[in-house]
Amino acid sequence: MARMKFLCDAERCIECNGCVTACKNEHEVPWGVNRRRVVTLNDGEPGEKSISVACMHCTDAPCMAVCPTDVFYTTDDGIVLHDKDKCIGCGYCLYACPFGAPQYPQESSFGARGKMDKCTFCAGGPEEDNSEEELEKYGRNRIAEGKLPLCAEMCSTKALLAGDGDVVSDIYRERVLKRSGRPQTWGWDKAYGKS
Amino acid sequence: MSNVESNQQGRLVRRKKAMAWSFVLMLLAVLVLPMSGYIYQGMSATAQADGATWKNENPRSNFWRSVREGSEGYTANKDVSGVLINSAGQNWRLLRNGPVATLGAIGLFVSLAAIAFFYFKHGQVKIDNGRAGQTVERWTKNERILHWTVASLFIILGITGLSLLYGKAVLIPLLGAEGFAWYADLAKILHNYLGPVFFIAIVILLSAWFKHNIIDKVDIEWFRHKAGVLGKPPHEHASAGRMNAGEKIWFWIIASAGILVCLSGLVMDFPNLGWSHFTMQSANILHSTLALIWVAVAFGHIYIGTAGSEGSLEAMTTGQVDVEWAKQHHDLWYEEVKNSASSSTENK
Repeated sequence: MARMKFLCDAERCIECNGCVTACKNEHEVPWGVNRRRVVTLNDGEPGEKSISVACMHCTDAPCMAVCPTDVFYTTDDGIVLHDKDKCIGCGYCLYACPFGAPQYPQESSFGARGKMDKCTFCAGGPEEDNSEEELEKYGRNRIAEGKLPLCAEMCSTKALLAGDGDVVSDIYRERVLKRSGRPQTWGWDKAYGKS
Repeated sequence: MSNVESNQQGRLVRRKKAMAWSFVLMLLAVLVLPMSGYIYQGMSATAQADGATWKNENPRSNFWRSVREGSEGYTANKDVSGVLINSAGQNWRLLRNGPVATLGAIGLFVSLAAIAFFYFKHGQVKIDNGRAGQTVERWTKNERILHWTVASLFIILGITGLSLLYGKAVLIPLLGAEGFAWYADLAKILHNYLGPVFFIAIVILLSAWFKHNIIDKVDIEWFRHKAGVLGKPPHEHASAGRMNAGEKIWFWIIASAGILVCLSGLVMDFPNLGWSHFTMQSANILHSTLALIWVAVAFGHIYIGTAGSEGSLEAMTTGQVDVEWAKQHHDLWYEEVKNSASSSTENK
């Protein structure tokens, strides 16, 4: 079975925000909810670097460990999904997440959080694959259609890689060898453990 | 013949010499080869000193280290964080799921076990001289309303709060994930909305009863006499005014830990005010730790006020206590009440 992972090549990301737009459009996420974001470090200085980040689908997911209602589950592909029907909007997953992935539509009074939304690796939720219900709550289920996440598929510089972790790291290793730089598998230690 | 003999002898000597030399060489090799690492390292050290440092130092290492430490970058979207990695989340997770949950459960259990132990060993603390039948007023109607408002809110907040911490381990196996999620949703709403109401009620209670709870010399004596109930009988009498030292400590626990629980709760109640992750995490740890202590101590308060001692509960239900109860538990207060009552009748 494949172990799905994201990898953003900081040497290639040009901060076009195409992945952010692709994600928002594909899943029609509500206003104010951003499953993916691009962060630029040392912005405007020589050697600035940009990184596209969303839920990394961690091996030992902190969100899952702290959730009071146990909404999270890991698919056979290693994708961390959640059941919105059971979410109570307590915000604990946001406190625990190292990548700032959980998002909350502010729909209740006094700024109380709504049901958490996050990147699904384009794999939907617990509802039946590609059902109307799944589409409404979690967006498209591209994985069930045999496709990979749209953010990575649409990345203009192929900086953002998504797919089987072994394939992703092979592609990345080949790049690093060719350009003779140092590898920077950003966030992998945190998400997938030291290997 | 002799020629052949000397030839053979010479060959033997040469063979021996060769063996001796190869032995020495092998010995040298054994001694020197393991040290070749030092030679190599020494060479590379000189190479580094030759000004080729850029090859051996990753100019990006500091950059990525600062990312791992949570430095903030720029992001075009104003709704999301510019922090790539927030490592504090892991500490929060370990603290909450580890010591807070574990020690909290142990603390609650120890509190209940101590109460059960005391009850089965000593039973209820009776009114020694039996009821007199005559009563004095201990709590006015307003005071009782205040107490029961705080008490019922405390019980609701306690149960809902404990459900959010321990529900996953205790209630999901009982109610099922869907059933618990439905209850937890309600519990969260109750907890979040009743919290501020409870805070207001607590502040009113603290300010109303502050004057009764100033610690004085009598309280130290009360402890010296082991509260009049602890230790081996026969018990010495422990004098107390309107509130005894135990009640005063309960008051000051609420005034300190209780207020911190309320304040940290308010922080978490308003996530829209832009608190940092760290503030929210700290508020949660402080809130749960102190609230667990509060609940553990409250078990003791509830026990003493109900099953623990005869004639105590009616003080908070009817407002009246038996004269004998007052003499036994709050003798100094009883004297005060008696004197003021007799002086007021004299004045009439």
